[in-house]
Amino acid sequence: MGEAAKTVIFEIERRNSTDENSYWEKFELPYRANMNVISALMEIRRNPVNMDGKKTTPVNWDMNCLEEVCGACSMVINGKARQSCTALVDQLEQPIRLQPMKTFPVVRDLIVDRSRMFDSLKKVKAWVPIDGTHDLGEGPRMPERKRQWAYELSKCMTCGVCLEACPNVNDKSDFIGAAPLSQVRLMNAHPTGSMNRDERLNAIMGEGGLADCGNSQNCVESCPKGIPLTTSIAALNRDTNIQMFRNFFGSDHMVD
Amino acid sequence: MDNNREFLMRRLHSLLGVIPIGLFLTQHLIVNHFATQGVEAFNQAAHFMANLPFVIFLEIFVIYLPLMYHAFYGLYIAFTAKNNPGHYSYMRNILFVAQRYTGIFLVVFIAWHVFETRFQVAIGAAEADFNMMENILSNPFMFAFYVLGVLSATFHLANGLWSFFVTWGITVSEKAQRYSTYFTLLVFIVLSIIGIRALFAFV
Repeated sequence: MGEAAKTVIFEIERRNSTDENSYWEKFELPYRANMNVISALMEIRRNPVNMDGKKTTPVNWDMNCLEEVCGACSMVINGKARQSCTALVDQLEQPIRLQPMKTFPVVRDLIVDRSRMFDSLKKVKAWVPIDGTHDLGEGPRMPERKRQWAYELSKCMTCGVCLEACPNVNDKSDFIGAAPLSQVRLMNAHPTGSMNRDERLNAIMGEGGLADCGNSQNCVESCPKGIPLTTSIAALNRDTNIQMFRNFFGSDHMVD
Repeated sequence: MDNNREFLMRRLHSLLGVIPIGLFLTQHLIVNHFATQGVEAFNQAAHFMANLPFVIFLEIFVIYLPLMYHAFYGLYIAFTAKNNPGHYSYMRNILFVAQRYTGIFLVVFIAWHVFETRFQVAIGAAEADFNMMENILSNPFMFAFYVLGVLSATFHLANGLWSFFVTWGITVSEKAQRYSTYFTLLVFIVLSIIGIRALFAFV
C-alpha cells in the first residue's frame, strides 16, 4: 500500500520466422496478484510496448486449455521446458526469460512445430487397430486396477517437454524421445492393443528408437504430468530384448 | 524404422562394457593389488597373468576387440549427445554427462597406458614387472594421470553397470533403479579403493 507500483520484467527470445535469426526483447509489466506467464503474455499482446518504450509486434505463443492438459503452451522458462499456463510469476526468478523449445522447428517467437511427435506416434503405431469390414464384437476385458495404472500413462499430452529436456534428442540424432515410447507401453498394455505388440516393439527397435535413450532421466524429472517415463523405457527395454530373441529364433508368443 | 542395426549395436555396446570389459577391469585391479604385498608378490602375479596359456587369444577376444568396439562406438554415442547439465542439474543427468566425459578420457588414458606397458613389452623394450610401474609412477604427473584414469574407469564401470541393468530390463521400477544406484555406488567405492591402494603401493 502506497509503495511504488511493482512490476515484472520479461526477456523474450523472439524471431519472425523459422529461418530468421532470433533477438531478445525486454518487457516491463505492472504486477498483478497470481499472474502467470500466459496472463503476462496477454498483457504484452494488449499493449505491445517494450522496455525501451518502443511499440513492437505482439509476442506470438501457442495456448489452448490453460489448465495443463492440452500441451500446446510449452516453452522454455528460465532455462527449463514447461507449460507456461502453470508457470506462476510469483514462483519465478526475475527477469523471467522465455524461449521457444528449439529442439523443434520454431514457427515464430514462442510457437514451435511439434509435428515430429505426431509423426513418431504414427511410426510406433500408437493406436489400437479395430477397424475392419465387420463387427469384431467386444474385446477382452481389462482389469480395473490395470486400467487405473494405464490411465497414468494415458495422461501424455504430447507437449514436447520431455524431448526438449532430453540431451539425446537433437539435430545430430533422430531419437524420437520418451513420449512416443511410453505410448507404446500404454498401447501394448491394452488387451486389444497387445494383439499388435510385436509390430510396435519392432518399430521402436528401429532407427531413432528406444536404443538411443542414454538414461539421463531428464524426461521423468521434467514431465508436467508426472508420467513414469523412465519406468516405461526400462519396461520396453525388457520387452524389446525378448522381442529381439523372438525375432531371431522364432516364437509362438509374438502377440501374447 | 524396421532397420534395427542401431538397436543391436547399442545392446552389444552395453553388454561388452560389462562382459568382458567390466570383468577384466575388476580382475586387473585385483591382480594389481598384489603390489600392496610387496615386489615379489606383484611380480609373481604379473608373471602368472602374462604366461596364461593362449594369452594372446585371451587378450584379443577378451580385451582388445571388445574394448575397441566399446571405445569407438562409445565415442560416437558421446558426441551425438547435447549435454545440458546446467539447466537440468538432476543427479542422473550429471552422471549421464560424467559417463561421457570419463569415457572420452578413458580412450586417451587406456591408449597411453597400453602403449606404455603392454606395447613396450611386445616390442621387447621392457618387462611387465614392479619396476616398470614404479618408474612410471615415480613421475608425479603420471601418478596423477593414473589416479584419474583408475577413478574414471571405476566410475565408468559402476555407472555403466547401472545403465546396463536398465538397458537389459533388469531394473524397471523407480525403486529398483534407486537400489541399483546404491549398489553401483558401492561397486565404485570398492573398486576405487582397490585400484588406488595398488597405485600407492608403487610409490
